[in-house]
Amino acid sequence: MRPVSSWGRLSAHPHQVINLNDPSKVSDLVCNSHHPGVAHGMGRSYGDVCLNPEGTLWLTTGLDHFIAFDDNSGRLVCEAGVLLRDIQRLVIPRGWILPVTPGIQMVTVGGAIANDVHGKNHHVLGSFGDHVQNFTLIRTDGEVIHCKPDEPPGWFAATVGGLGLTGVIVQAEIQLRRVVGPWLDTETVPYDNLDEFFQLADDSEADWEHTVSWIDCISAGGGRGLFMRGKPADVGQRPEPKGRSLSALFVPPVSLVNQLSLHLFNIAYYNLKKWRAGRAIAHYEPFFYPLDNLPEWNRMYGPKGFFQYQSVVPREVGQDAVQAMLKEVARSGEAPFLTVLKTFGNRQPVGMLSFPRPGVTLALDFPNHGERIHKLFERLDAVVSEAEGRIYLAKDARSPRKLFEESYPRLPEFLKYRDPGISSGLSRRLMGS
Amino acid sequence: MNSKKRIVIVGATSAIAEHCARLWIQKQPTDLTLVGRDARRIERVTADLRVRSPEVEIRIVQAEFLDPTGIQTAIDSIFALGEVDIVLIAHGSLSEQVESQDNLNACRDTLEINGVSPVLYAEAFAKNMAKVNHGTIALIGSVAGDRGRKSNYVYGAAKGLVTRYAQGLQHRFAGTGVKVVLIKPGPTDTPMTAHLKRKGMKLASVEGVARQIVDGVEAGSAVVYAPGKFRFIMLIISHLPSIIFNKMDV
Repeated sequence: MRPVSSWGRLSAHPHQVINLNDPSKVSDLVCNSHHPGVAHGMGRSYGDVCLNPEGTLWLTTGLDHFIAFDDNSGRLVCEAGVLLRDIQRLVIPRGWILPVTPGIQMVTVGGAIANDVHGKNHHVLGSFGDHVQNFTLIRTDGEVIHCKPDEPPGWFAATVGGLGLTGVIVQAEIQLRRVVGPWLDTETVPYDNLDEFFQLADDSEADWEHTVSWIDCISAGGGRGLFMRGKPADVGQRPEPKGRSLSALFVPPVSLVNQLSLHLFNIAYYNLKKWRAGRAIAHYEPFFYPLDNLPEWNRMYGPKGFFQYQSVVPREVGQDAVQAMLKEVARSGEAPFLTVLKTFGNRQPVGMLSFPRPGVTLALDFPNHGERIHKLFERLDAVVSEAEGRIYLAKDARSPRKLFEESYPRLPEFLKYRDPGISSGLSRRLMGS
Repeated sequence: MNSKKRIVIVGATSAIAEHCARLWIQKQPTDLTLVGRDARRIERVTADLRVRSPEVEIRIVQAEFLDPTGIQTAIDSIFALGEVDIVLIAHGSLSEQVESQDNLNACRDTLEINGVSPVLYAEAFAKNMAKVNHGTIALIGSVAGDRGRKSNYVYGAAKGLVTRYAQGLQHRFAGTGVKVVLIKPGPTDTPMTAHLKRKGMKLASVEGVARQIVDGVEAGSAVVYAPGKFRFIMLIISHLPSIIFNKMDV
């Protein structure tokens, strides 16, 4: 047993960690280890979806081999522990790119499927699962299921976004997308309020593949922010940026994220970026993965860790709901550090428990301040529930079962595909087992 | 002779060796020969390397680790196709120390696979490289070979054998076209050390260790500690008086 934490560092319970290194031995290990277990990749999900306190974790990072890549069709077959970073670095120089990538590239393919992750281009290309052609699932009874979108019926949709609860994904085939190079034409546009944000989002949908915004919840009454958009650019050969890597080497005894630092940060960030607003050519790494130059940035929240509250609410009520949530945050006196606001495209996700849906998504990071932060979350839950929105389970460590059940309508269908030998902290909290 | 760098890896399915291979094929056009016991596991590594670099040429040679005649034949057949620029001898197995204490078969296996076998391979390469006065022999030893300690002294003894052997080989080839590089990894995050991680030990990343090995081989360094800090750590540990060392729980 050894302590394992997820990205939010909210807990460090002991786990029996079993390395899956050899694909031919996965079935044996998964069947014969102590149940229940759950697959664990890079542990970049924030809450308890990748944890199984006092239980077994099947560590998939050793399944890091490519199996085949066809330069002509852009089909990539790889093991489930391959990192998105390694895929991007391999295929971009060869004219291909992952169609969908989340804001961190240090995640495994298996994790990306199990959480059906999304990126800044949801309105154009949907979520990760939309580009998965097939995958192999190993169940804890030894059954091996090769899943394609339609056959065997249900398994694909249950496993994409299925939080690892239907079996262990061991390999997958992904359809990549043509790209001219690693560069993007980007633009940063400051906005003063939510009206302007939604206007910018609508105006950008047709011409810009990637859109995202950072919103300042603290200064100037909240609601102002910076809208960032980008699209692939053919600018020929340029020197690539040197990877800088600063790491928070130690955990500070108290959170460095506090009212004062946040206030200053928000003012500084807004003004710095506003000053540098406008068009620019950017490399894909800093644009897609702005935090990857600061590995282990999650440590700066101190030993108690942090929460991320990410919700999506339907577009029709989106503006009011976002406004209401920002108001609750302001009223609470809690200061979110990173706040991201983004619209999703008008498309339904592949997975039964996939998070993305048409609407607008707001992500708020809070240092763990115990009781009082939970009071705020309850008020935010009320707004989300009222708006008929839902919470992103990959980020969640605390949401109530009732909200989960009412906001994920395909849950009853999903439960039929669960593997009885698999359970996570999250599944016990939200599904009772 | 083609212009590709010809690299041979013995024990190609070890995590450290595999990461070195990934770096080498990304760096330059490479003609790679992978030597190992388990054809299926080598095949997995080969497929991965081919995806990473479609230009790489890969040959697979199957050989047992303790059969002197088989080793000599296998290595001679590799040289029959041309000179070898680099050989990385990387196979090994870290068994639990207590197993070696309880069971003499396990003790013998640990000594043979980590000590005797790498020497047999290196000697087969040395013979062929000496003839053409060209090539680099890189051997993976271990910081465990620098000073015996209770938690892994049988493994450490085998790696100590590799250390003394590499010293002798360096002496033999001094001033010639054959280089000998001894690599001493510290505890690295690989499948071999999963049990150490369970005990909460902080392990070096295999990618970083591989990077240092590739750079060290390129530079022709006599001894490469990976991570580099172990050069100092082991210097201190090697010189600690027994009266202090024997009180330490390491």
